[in-house]
Amino acid sequence: MTTTAVALEDTKVAFRLGDGRVYTAVEEAQLTVGQGEFVAIVGPTGCGKSTLLNVAAGLLKPAAGSVKVFDRPLASLNRDAGYLFQADALFPWKTAIDNVAIGLEIKGTPRPEALARAQKWLTSVGLGAFANRYPHMLSGGQRKRVALAQVLIRDPKILLMDEPFGPLDAQTRQVMGNLLLELWSADRKAVLFVTHDLEEAIALADRVVIMSAGPSSRIIGDWRVELARPRDIFEVRLDKEFHALHREIWSVLKDEVMKGYAQSTQAEAV
Amino acid sequence: MSRLTLLSLQLLVAVVAIVLWQVLSTVPVFGKILLPPFFFSNPVDVFSQIVKWFASGVIWKHLWITLWESILAFVIGSLGGVLVGFWFARQPLVAAVFDPYVKMVNALPRVVLAPIFALWLGLGIWSKVALGVTLVFFIVFFNVYQGVKEVSRTVLDNGRMLGMSEQQLMRHVYWPSALSWMFSSLHTSVGFAVVGAVVGEYLGSAAGLGYLIQQAEGVFDVAGVFAGMFVLSAFVLLIDMGVTMVERRLLVWRPTAADGRG
Repeated sequence: MTTTAVALEDTKVAFRLGDGRVYTAVEEAQLTVGQGEFVAIVGPTGCGKSTLLNVAAGLLKPAAGSVKVFDRPLASLNRDAGYLFQADALFPWKTAIDNVAIGLEIKGTPRPEALARAQKWLTSVGLGAFANRYPHMLSGGQRKRVALAQVLIRDPKILLMDEPFGPLDAQTRQVMGNLLLELWSADRKAVLFVTHDLEEAIALADRVVIMSAGPSSRIIGDWRVELARPRDIFEVRLDKEFHALHREIWSVLKDEVMKGYAQSTQAEAV
Repeated sequence: MSRLTLLSLQLLVAVVAIVLWQVLSTVPVFGKILLPPFFFSNPVDVFSQIVKWFASGVIWKHLWITLWESILAFVIGSLGGVLVGFWFARQPLVAAVFDPYVKMVNALPRVVLAPIFALWLGLGIWSKVALGVTLVFFIVFFNVYQGVKEVSRTVLDNGRMLGMSEQQLMRHVYWPSALSWMFSSLHTSVGFAVVGAVVGEYLGSAAGLGYLIQQAEGVFDVAGVFAGMFVLSAFVLLIDMGVTMVERRLLVWRPTAADGRG
């Protein structure tokens, strides 16, 4: 793992507010994701972790610093990346199979071939029998599976995930986590996974990065997760090592969560 | 409630209304007929007028004219509405410049345009089509404009991240979104196309359902007026059923209120 897939160098992200003030979301973030590495970013609500992900995707321009993708500076959208959104991002007017096939079709793959490959991907996320359903006919978990297939069919080198399983219930999240690990282990893409769930982060990732409470949040910790792979999310949580690491990271994260909470209640009071 | 009981209750309303109308317009109550036939006619006369129209076949020509005017008004109005709606939504500056004028024209009661159109386009079908177009255009325009502007940010970003060019975004994201808004107002816009046609005919024409009603009114043939109204209602009802069928086909991907699953 010598090459870096994504490197954020002193990246600062700021927004101009409606009244002319400048709001700094993220201050000088320094983060690298190696090829084949699974990195999870954890932080309290509103710490700008999704913002950082959007910068890596090229959807947002940093106010200062640079973003490098495979050692090349990122000028516009990150074409090497697939993005799994937190909210529903499927095209509601397309069936499941059309939603998956579209990624190939826009690259000019002939439709029959795109459909055949989409069907394969739907099968590998466990939805082979749901090809002709529209998104509204699927459950939240099923929609996430379709979204995962939609992203993976393009075979991106980097996978950006913004609390992708956030809206799901606890059991479905674990099932989806295992599915993700299983698909990921096939070709080990570089993954940047944003979540507010520390357990999920440790269970999935090779590295866990902690961000401080916003505004002007920064990266305040970086832990390596040495748990053996392949992992099973249900079982890894019972591991002693898992608990030790969880306690260690939580001792840092806890303060930030309380800070973030205090700030958010203050903001509401104003 | 089962479908059958609902249907029979609905039928009952019609039967009661017609029987009341017939009785009150023919049988004196306390020595006085409550619905004088001169003003209210009676169901039997109205019905026989309708039968006469269909038996002699004169009605078909008028129905056909009105239908054709409605179709033309709908197609031209929708086309214009979609194009301009798209254009305005993608060019905020254009939208801002034209905004007061759009509002002004839309606030104008369209009936006052009828004489102008008759003057410009004559008494043939085109003056009626023009009136319908001014009604349909704004409904479709506002819906498409809204549809393009309110495309979900996430869906749009997803399209971009999947590698779509501006043109592909147009085809796969903006266009379906705008069309779905247009189709959701299909009932209203088709209805207004018919309104435009009939009102136009009523104000000056040589054929069509509006003409038929206007002619009957001109000679105080109340049965003829009512007969025209009934034929018109049935005509609109049929068109509406057709629209519902088209809508079911086109908007299958839309969640209905019945299956509001998260």
